[in-house]
Amino acid sequence: MHPDGDIAIEVENLTVAFGRHVVIDRLDLSVRRGEVLGLVGGSGSGKSVLLRSIIGLLPKKDGRIRTLGLDRDAASEDDVRAEGRRWGVLFQQGALFSSLSALENVLFPMREHLSLPADLMRELGLAKLQMVGLSREDGDKMPSALSGGMTKRVGLARALALDPEVVFLDEPTSGLDPIAAGEFDTLIRTLQRTLGLTVFMVTHDLQSLENVCDRVAALESGRILAIGTLAEMHAVRHPWIQAYFHARHAGAGRNATLSQTSGGH
Amino acid sequence: MQSSSPPPHIDTTLEPGRVTVRAAGRWTATGATTMAELLKARPPQSGEGLLYEFDASRIEAFDTYGAWIVERWRRQLEAHGATVRIAGLPQRFQSLLAQVARTHIAAGAPAPAAKPIPMLLEAARKTVADAAGTLARLLALLGAVTVGLLSALRHPRRFRFTSTVHQIDRVAWQAVPIILLICFLIGGIIAQQGFFHFRKFGAEDYVVDMVGILILRELGVLIVAIMVAGRSGSAYTAELGSMMMREEIDALRTMGVDPVQVLILPRMLALTIALPILAFLGAMAALYGGGLVASLYGGMSFDIYVTRLKDAISITHFKVGMIKAPFMALAIGAVACTEGLRVKGSAESLGRQTTASVVKSIFLVILLDGLFAMFFAGIGM
Repeated sequence: MHPDGDIAIEVENLTVAFGRHVVIDRLDLSVRRGEVLGLVGGSGSGKSVLLRSIIGLLPKKDGRIRTLGLDRDAASEDDVRAEGRRWGVLFQQGALFSSLSALENVLFPMREHLSLPADLMRELGLAKLQMVGLSREDGDKMPSALSGGMTKRVGLARALALDPEVVFLDEPTSGLDPIAAGEFDTLIRTLQRTLGLTVFMVTHDLQSLENVCDRVAALESGRILAIGTLAEMHAVRHPWIQAYFHARHAGAGRNATLSQTSGGH
Repeated sequence: MQSSSPPPHIDTTLEPGRVTVRAAGRWTATGATTMAELLKARPPQSGEGLLYEFDASRIEAFDTYGAWIVERWRRQLEAHGATVRIAGLPQRFQSLLAQVARTHIAAGAPAPAAKPIPMLLEAARKTVADAAGTLARLLALLGAVTVGLLSALRHPRRFRFTSTVHQIDRVAWQAVPIILLICFLIGGIIAQQGFFHFRKFGAEDYVVDMVGILILRELGVLIVAIMVAGRSGSAYTAELGSMMMREEIDALRTMGVDPVQVLILPRMLALTIALPILAFLGAMAALYGGGLVASLYGGMSFDIYVTRLKDAISITHFKVGMIKAPFMALAIGAVACTEGLRVKGSAESLGRQTTASVVKSIFLVILLDGLFAMFFAGIGM
């Protein structure tokens, strides 16, 4: 076992490449148990590739990834499967199953992993939907009838269906209006606190970083440039980081309006 | 890790007018069934004035599953008039319980099981209504295509010539090899069966009449139409369907472009041009196949076969076959396009409409063939 039981996700010396194009270059990263880590980076910096290789969707070329103390390369198939229920993933586009209703989408992981009475399962599914801000009637809608924001919420409800220990969020607030995004942040925070969730989120939303994240990691050309609290990131002297974290003053919409309340920098 | 942890359990103490439930263990998803069993509300005849106290101080872990099961129990008891107090829940779990308590969930009443006979009747009603709807949609589409064609005649620049040629290439030219092969084989098989059975009556000469009339009037065009329905009709439905799914057709409409003009008219036109050509080629291949079998198996030289064929068939038989072809093409195209436009957002619906397209267009083709047979018999052709 790892000596440090406080680490939920540990990435060591990770290299991911497509052919000769190296996307993730000997990257080290650890996410502590119970923290919210935000991953930021420019387009094409490898954020999504890093996320996808941690959750096992992309093969890695070199290195080691341990999630919740389990090294998937060394683990048996049963262990990997059992671990699947301790994670939840919210995909950027929701990735809802188009032939199932919103409620059935949330119930899907429960049906696969737990054997519960049907009525209890349905109630839990409805509770999850309401916890992400949807109504009972929304549960009967098909994914094609949901708006972008609602799709995200159903996706989050599905990611949280099994009350996982680690949640991966890919751009959770993109496509939500500023108010809904703020509520979404609060919700993530509430659930994270009450359940002791570990959250690994890829985001572009500076307000989310401020509201939700304990630490922020900046990714640039396949390596972690800097990692720390938001205040620490502001102090980092790197042109990209400086530009990124100060862009909010020039930004419009949510960031610009809300930055007044959070006391600009 | 979770499996080695203590499962949820409760100790219940009964006092007059007061029930104390002490909960302990991990109240999480893994123990959900156990929790639900433990907290199955056993409401007294009248819970009036009864106090239930839920002592949660020894709960080690608590998630939405635990929270909902406790909340559900509380609601059921309160519905019976009892008072429920939840005490000692560790601070960190309280906001979760509060959040779950804010949800509005009707007590799990699943939809009542449908009775078999009304269900059958309802299914029959739906099928009939759907058949009428299909007919209405087909007519609407044919109308829209006619309007599109007329407007293209008046404004030739609106007509998608390139697209039409491309579609003709796909449904006619690229279909030629497989149509030729299949029709050749069918012609050969019919001739072989004819020789085998007619030989018993010494009526081998009439095999040529049978092959010629059957192929030119019925089989040639029917087989080609069925092949085209399966090959091109399904492709049309899938194409239009995935365009519907990805909102491409909506995008066309917002640009002020008529999807009928751009997508459907070229396809229908291509099919109407392709099917007679393919039917003709198919019929020729089938006659050739019949001739080959006649000379190799039937002991009839190819020259004699051709001479007999000249006597046996007339231009009428050929016309009867060819007249049907464009109508069948219209039926296939109209069904394929309407089904494609009915695709909703899901992958399943794309599959369902594609199946419906092929089944309905083959059915319509055979129905049309029957109607034409009656019509031609009526006018003595």
